[in-house]
Amino acid sequence: MNITLKLYATLSDLLPSGSADNAATINVDEAISLNQIIDQFHVPRELAHLVLINGVFVCETDRDQSGVLKDGDVLAIWPPVAGG
Amino acid sequence: MAWTKKLLRVDLSAGVCTEEALNMEWANDYLGQRGLATRYLVDEVDPKCDPLGPDNKLIMTTGPLTGTNASTAGRYSVVCKSPLTNAVACSNSGGFFGAELKMAGWDMIIFEGKAASPVYLHIVDGRAQLHPADDLWGKSVWEADKMLHAKVQDAQTRMALVGRSAEEGCLYAAVVNDLHRAAGRSGVGTVMASKNLKAVAVRGTQGIGNIHDPKRFMETVKAGKKVLAENPVTGQGLPTYGTQVLMNVINEVGALPTRNMSEVQFEGASKVSGEAMHEPRKTDGKPNLTTNGACYACTIACGRISTIDRTHFSVKDKPEYWINSGGLEYEAAWALGPDTGVDDIDALTYCNFLCNEDGMDPISFGSTVAAAMELYEKGVITDSHTGGMELRFGSAEALCWAAEKVAKGEGFGKDLGLGAERLCEKFGHPELSMTVKGQEFPAYDPRGIQGMGLAYATSNRGACHLRGYTVASEILGIPEKTDPLESEGKAGLVKAFQDATAAVDSAGLCVFTTFAWTLDDIAPQVDAACEGDWSPDRMLEVGERIWNMERDFNMKAGIDGSMDTLPKRLLSEGGNSGPAKDRVNELDKMLPEYYELRGWNSSGEITSETRQKFNLPA
Ligand code: SF4
Repeated sequence: MNITLKLYATLSDLLPSGSADNAATINVDEAISLNQIIDQFHVPRELAHLVLINGVFVCETDRDQSGVLKDGDVLAIWPPVAGG
Repeated sequence: MAWTKKLLRVDLSAGVCTEEALNMEWANDYLGQRGLATRYLVDEVDPKCDPLGPDNKLIMTTGPLTGTNASTAGRYSVVCKSPLTNAVACSNSGGFFGAELKMAGWDMIIFEGKAASPVYLHIVDGRAQLHPADDLWGKSVWEADKMLHAKVQDAQTRMALVGRSAEEGCLYAAVVNDLHRAAGRSGVGTVMASKNLKAVAVRGTQGIGNIHDPKRFMETVKAGKKVLAENPVTGQGLPTYGTQVLMNVINEVGALPTRNMSEVQFEGASKVSGEAMHEPRKTDGKPNLTTNGACYACTIACGRISTIDRTHFSVKDKPEYWINSGGLEYEAAWALGPDTGVDDIDALTYCNFLCNEDGMDPISFGSTVAAAMELYEKGVITDSHTGGMELRFGSAEALCWAAEKVAKGEGFGKDLGLGAERLCEKFGHPELSMTVKGQEFPAYDPRGIQGMGLAYATSNRGACHLRGYTVASEILGIPEKTDPLESEGKAGLVKAFQDATAAVDSAGLCVFTTFAWTLDDIAPQVDAACEGDWSPDRMLEVGERIWNMERDFNMKAGIDGSMDTLPKRLLSEGGNSGPAKDRVNELDKMLPEYYELRGWNSSGEITSETRQKFNLPA
């Protein structure tokens, strides 16, 4: 299935080359876990701070679960950031 | 110590400056800056007075740590009664002005009365004098700053000024210091201009000499800086991307108010984001962002220094704007961008420059333009009002035009200078005003971040993110992650953030340190610098006392619990997309619990027990 992977801030450079707007469409197995994707794109786990599926936060303990993604989902990841 | 224990009282009506001893009993209860200056305001200003009349006072105030070498210790605040909200106003600014004032030997300046004609105040250490400023009146902040520097013949003099928007009565005018740092919110600049006070120029050469325990202070400051440097947010995230890193985050979680808060996600967010500021432009290969910048003594350096594309329509014939100047911070970028539907980063940067140049609060300005755009789209505001400008959502031309008009107070700019509430009332649609207590919202939609709804509704200066930034917990996981869509438990969270922030704002430090520091890091620095015993618990108690005192001022001004609410749009129209789809803010579930935690009755009045507990002024 295809999902959109978005990597932001200092993680932007880890997206496949040619990606625009901090996003890339990637093809993944339905059983894949979030941590497997995080590892596959060489995102250091401690920098995968904000992990959102379709805008909803997934806590660290749930990131090894498989089958949490479905076709067309958006997975967005940030290192620790803040502003205001 | 750390306080200079001296304040300067400036009677503008009489043209007299006098030195006074700082009330140390009050410093003991309210620490400094926000807390201490508000204590003076409560004592000296009738809460029912006309905010733009001579009876209002304007206080420029530092904290005990301001001017020291603690990280971010350059802050000062401007305190008065607000003409935008009629509530207490306290706007905090960085840069270098606050530290300079402290090094001149002053904890605060209280301006009272009104000068017969324009004046500026010139302070060199212990000497303070008022001078005529007729030649500076009618000039922008940037021009007046230049003229005044030429007059005082000292490049190291630091200045805080008002621009033409303030002179023309724009109700959300800021006090701008160091060219692009501002005490931005609630119209504190409008109050300064109403007193015919154009500028304050300060040179301080005395340093900060009276640290209570210098050796321990240096140790605690060093430890604090280490925490900031090692924290990924304050050590890397903020210096690299600034606050603007939030644009994509808040859009993704579905809490980015769009087109006057009628939607919660903006299709153009990535084009005006922190990441976009790093992208090289097609025309000259340079990015919008030139470099980051720091306020006095700050080891975070979140500030943005930017340029505008010289071929952009806004500046192509105006080389005076082909400069490096204060760039987009998140709140400004949001108000100028998503809230007006404009995704043109150069237009946003140009408007941000104008907000600095003529001293407008970019949050209130952008939000007011957004309200005007909705009124235009509905056919209520027409070309006859705007002189032919099509004030449509998404129009970069209209946005830039509006900024130029408000900056100079010309034509329809006068209406836009009223702020969203008065503008929407004037045109018969008060429901389109996205404000609380008359102040425009910042950049977080409370349908997608529930705690922020309560924080906005109960903020003592009207809608504001800096009075209780629960976004830190609800979205960013600092200090721990809570669910942004859940209203349960948020009453306690909001109160905790409000009280801690009031303490930080009273110390002389930047609230951005709290992304890494807790009061356990801050209190030891205050304790080493100041006499008395400043534990984290005492700081929190001081914060809560300040919160109650501000509330008390507002209640006496006629701003009661019925105004602890949100616009109907946020309480009854669900979000249109993303995680907050079909959700409204559940303020009704949070507010009663919040009142109870505060020790207020069910109408939001401070009970006599709570008054006693905090020894509030009568
Ligand atoms: S963190 Fe940013 S706003 Fe705060 S003092 Fe440092 S540079 Fe100024």
